[in-house]
Amino acid sequence: MQTKIQQVNKYYLKTKRMFLGMQGTDGLLYKLLIYGLLVGIGFVYLYPLLYMGVYSFKSLDDLLNPLVNWIPTQFYTGNYEQANKVLNFFSTLMETLYVTVLPALAQTAVAAVVGYGLARFDFRGKKIMFVLVLATFIIPPQVTLIPRYIFFNELNILGSLSAFLLPATFGQGLNSAIFILIFYQFFRAVPKALEEAAQLDGAGHFRIFFTIALPMALPAIIISFLFSFVWYWNETYLAAIYFGDALTTLPLQLQKFVATYQQMFPAEMGVSGGNQLNEGIKMAGTVLSILPLLIVYFITQRWFVEGVDRSGITGE
Amino acid sequence: MKRLSNNRNLTGLLFVSPWIIGFLIFTAFPLLYSLFLSFQEVKITTDGIKTNFVSFGNYEYAFSVDGTFVDRVLKYLEEMVISVPIIIVFSLIIALLLNQKIKFRGLFRTIFFLPVIIASGPVIKELIDQGITTIPSIEQYAIYQALSDNPDGFFNGILLYLIKNLIVILWYSGVQILIFLAALQKMDKQIFEAAKIDGASNWEFFWKITLPSLTPMIIVNLIYTIVTYSVFSLNPIIEHIQKNMFKVDTGYGYASALSWIYFLIIAAALAIAVGVMTVKRKKKYT
Repeated sequence: MQTKIQQVNKYYLKTKRMFLGMQGTDGLLYKLLIYGLLVGIGFVYLYPLLYMGVYSFKSLDDLLNPLVNWIPTQFYTGNYEQANKVLNFFSTLMETLYVTVLPALAQTAVAAVVGYGLARFDFRGKKIMFVLVLATFIIPPQVTLIPRYIFFNELNILGSLSAFLLPATFGQGLNSAIFILIFYQFFRAVPKALEEAAQLDGAGHFRIFFTIALPMALPAIIISFLFSFVWYWNETYLAAIYFGDALTTLPLQLQKFVATYQQMFPAEMGVSGGNQLNEGIKMAGTVLSILPLLIVYFITQRWFVEGVDRSGITGE
Repeated sequence: MKRLSNNRNLTGLLFVSPWIIGFLIFTAFPLLYSLFLSFQEVKITTDGIKTNFVSFGNYEYAFSVDGTFVDRVLKYLEEMVISVPIIIVFSLIIALLLNQKIKFRGLFRTIFFLPVIIASGPVIKELIDQGITTIPSIEQYAIYQALSDNPDGFFNGILLYLIKNLIVILWYSGVQILIFLAALQKMDKQIFEAAKIDGASNWEFFWKITLPSLTPMIIVNLIYTIVTYSVFSLNPIIEHIQKNMFKVDTGYGYASALSWIYFLIIAAALAIAVGVMTVKRKKKYT
């Protein structure tokens, strides 16, 4: 009898340990909770993407059929053909790359130079300048928008890339302050001894910057460029105002999707179905407009995610 | 020696000079000019821009005549007060989850950071229009029914807003998750061990050690969230400012006044948020 109780006790302890763990973090229940949460929240995150993906492959019959929910009955690509025509995908893509890659490059380059200057040199007014750099982040672009618009109009660069490129070249692009901060943190962590050694060898400040500091800052350069690229890509408010009709981007085209569609395929009286704009086509358009970014993201996500801790965006 | 350090100073200035020039041309001057415009009635003629001083007329107009603006500002403030804490708490929870030794950590990180990539106005607008941003199939539940029957109550309104926009709110938290995650990974492992020896539970450890040491990051995230939330292109106030910019009867002067009011509101919101955080922090340590 005694031994039986002991045995039961032992089993009880064992199962308890298995479920609750030794310290409360390695038990089965705890793990279940963590993975449950991660998978659940992950699903909520992915839900819009899944929805978009599925709907973009639904033909009109599938859309109207209430029985078809998640899996379309056929692999229907007609939506993409239509959306491709409406977005004018490839030439718009080229234009989008043109208006995002160049400002992103300029912004990264300038942020590196300015970040280096702030991190490695002392000069009068540095503290004030630092505060001003941070201040530029919280000034909403709307406040400076109108004067810039008038100014660009006078310079006659509205509707050209310069409207994006010029501010970026002078460190006043989208979220420039963040990139300057990234480089500032990064260059501050570079040991001073390295610089002194180079100086003893007779290298000037610019040589040190280009041959020693910049190559070391590769992680910071990569993440600055990537973030800058993505943020310029997604910027539709300023793009719409500065570029007008002269230049367009995929997100801008998506914004006008319905109007463009109706212009290209005017609804014919009496003819139902066929050419009507439906959810599937809209979703195909949305997918197309984010597809290039998604591809870039899946190739570079390692840098996106790791870059932030490696470049010390969080400071000390 | 003095000349050498002077020389160094000059080189430093040279490095930052692009920013200084840019700041003066593209930020400081436009900022002052838009402040100037906000007190003017701006007319665009063939000879250029004609201004006419109207004192605080534009500002008065915004608060007395333009009902939409006040409405939208109030709604924006209300939504911000709800969303920002949720975004911060939520991203902290996700960061804590991801900071553990789990399988597929890379995959989960990739998923949670995905929204940063697609967070463009038109895409999100398309998603909202299609009703994909609500929690899937929430309409079927009784709670939702009960809430939508009387949407006027304060808490009901908040809950309804949350349910309708949950995914968008969660989608705002990509960068914040990363910032918290980076901070968590920099935490000293030795503190954890010391606390464990002293018999601290995970619960105590979180409240007494993890959270206090994350306070600076919470402030950073707070600022980041408020700013990105405020300048997002789907924000109704921003739409309103843009609409007024190209209106003939109101024009640049009024739009400038609106954007200045908006700027001051954001600045005040930031000051209050940061102020509350720092006061709380000081109290804890005294």
